[in-house]
Amino acid sequence: MPSGQTLPVLVTFVLFVALFSAGSLRYESFFSAQVLLNLFTDNAFLVVLAVGMTFVILTGGIDLSVGSVVALSGVLAARLLAAGWAPVPVMVTVLLVGLALGTAMGLVIHHLELQPFVVTLAGMFLARGMCFVISVESIPIRDPLFTGVAQAAITLPGDTFVSPSAVLALLVVAVAAYVLHSTRFGRGVYAVGGNEHSAMLMGLPVARTKVAVYAISGTCSALAGLLFGFYSLSGYSLAAVGTELDAIAAVVIGGTLLSGGVGLVVGSLLGVLVLGIIQTVISFEGTLSSWWTRIVIGVLLLVFVVLQRLLVRRPA
Amino acid sequence: MRRATGSPLLWPLLALAGLLLYNLLVTPAFFALRVQDGHLFGSMVDVLRNGAPTALIALAMTLVIATRGIDLSVGASAAIAGAVACTWIAGSPDPAAPGTAVVAIALAVGLCLVLGAFNGMLVSAFGIQPIIATLVLMTAGRGLAQLITDGQIVTVSNPVFSGVGGGFLLGLPIPVLLTGAAFAAVALLTRRTALGLLVESVGINPTASRLAGIRSRGIVWGVYVLAAVCAGVAGLMISSTVNAADANNAGLWIELDAILAVVIGGTLLTGGRYSLTGTLVGALVLQTLTTTVYTTGIRPEVTLVFKALVIIAVCLLQSPKLRRPSTRRRRGEPPAAPPAPEPVAPATPTPASAR
Repeated sequence: MPSGQTLPVLVTFVLFVALFSAGSLRYESFFSAQVLLNLFTDNAFLVVLAVGMTFVILTGGIDLSVGSVVALSGVLAARLLAAGWAPVPVMVTVLLVGLALGTAMGLVIHHLELQPFVVTLAGMFLARGMCFVISVESIPIRDPLFTGVAQAAITLPGDTFVSPSAVLALLVVAVAAYVLHSTRFGRGVYAVGGNEHSAMLMGLPVARTKVAVYAISGTCSALAGLLFGFYSLSGYSLAAVGTELDAIAAVVIGGTLLSGGVGLVVGSLLGVLVLGIIQTVISFEGTLSSWWTRIVIGVLLLVFVVLQRLLVRRPA
Repeated sequence: MRRATGSPLLWPLLALAGLLLYNLLVTPAFFALRVQDGHLFGSMVDVLRNGAPTALIALAMTLVIATRGIDLSVGASAAIAGAVACTWIAGSPDPAAPGTAVVAIALAVGLCLVLGAFNGMLVSAFGIQPIIATLVLMTAGRGLAQLITDGQIVTVSNPVFSGVGGGFLLGLPIPVLLTGAAFAAVALLTRRTALGLLVESVGINPTASRLAGIRSRGIVWGVYVLAAVCAGVAGLMISSTVNAADANNAGLWIELDAILAVVIGGTLLTGGRYSLTGTLVGALVLQTLTTTVYTTGIRPEVTLVFKALVIIAVCLLQSPKLRRPSTRRRRGEPPAAPPAPEPVAPATPTPASAR
């Protein structure tokens, strides 16, 4: 049982090490702690998104709205700050909007028995549309707290540094791992994804669990939107277009089964790091154009999906 | 015939009628038609013409969804088709010759055939979930299209190629005729032969249909190939209207619109029974909504909010939970009843409060 869960994660880890080694052999300055830490800094918001997505996918659902919610959070935060709100109430408001949107989608999905795909698609359009309603143009963020966080760097031994966002993202991963593996709720998530009907017969709170995972994903998206706001110091309606696909890809590459019930949140972190290191290699290569990133991610996705299929088919 | 009067088509038709009524009251010019140089023009023609690529993709998507699948890669396939055709025309020694365009179109459609076969293989032979199997091509596809165009927007000028998206035949726009012909062909093929029944049976229970002697693998393979080919033709329409291939933006999110059209048309995403007429109406609802937003003078970006409201309204109406307690319950729910005016009604307050 654990091998089915940990093997894909190990494969992802080996892949990450292989990509990092290949990069280190090929480019002189590649092999450094800073390159590694930059992966976390550059992809902090994607890590948070992937964590939320992991919860949803573990229950056998999907959340297509996350990219739009990132943009909405950024635009909303920028607009409220421009209107003179203090930064802390802005952050709280943004997180509450994400929580409310996620909860609403979860309630509709569970209680009206609609497909997560369609409901979160509606959420995606709604959130993106609301961005445009708030502002079509990019709004700069000039708040001292936001710019302070954006420019802050936590120095680590060996003359390296990492952004506060990256630390926060890792904290989210740690909390998620704890919740999934050491709490009753976490077991419920795996149980619902394994077999919803059985979970219901066993007396598990299926409704609460299913609504909660979308609420978690919504909140994670809003948090990711804030991190993206720190990163880009602006709110833009067209930000993070297609990021939901990156998040899903990261979760799948991290070994979580889309049919639900199997997967580790650490895998999703590794999935994001694999996507990140591909981008790093391509930027080091210089001559390699950005579209190779997409093609390579697609091929990797294919490899992992086929691999998972083979792994899952064997015990069945 | 029973299908046409049955409840699945009722709500989308009401939605369409509501939108048209709104236009009749607010912008009567919407219905004006004029003939210029023997070609038909007007907002209604625009609706059909601009909606043609989405409708064509939605047609194939209906069959894919009927087999309990989904195809997320059609937008990418459309981009690839446009990229291949334009790159071929731009690179040929005689870019304006009709023969060049024919070869380019054949090449694009042929490549889409391969892409569809790839999707079909992942779904039917490898047994991978359709949403993920097609996500592979959705992710990689636009990268491939950019690879083909070398990251540039390739512009072409070829009268035959421009005809695919911008031409007229017998006074009617060619994309509309193409999509109409595709609808007629698929409807004949699936409703006058047993093929439609087989598709439905595969969607309802793949294992049972296989045991009953239906070649479910072949059928599943077939619908993905059809989806990719339709996407390819739609991609040619899109790129030919602007005489250019934009690998990044051509057909962006068209798969979501197509799925939406199918869902609005009353086909359930869980597979099984499907309605081609419903999909056609669904596609018309979406395009009429978009055009209405434009002609009413609301900022076009806000269309997405209305789209979301339409999906929510239609989904709520189709929700198994709301349907099960049958008519008694529905009568007791007036707020959910009129789906058509709903997207239109908040039209004025929403932007006003935002400004």
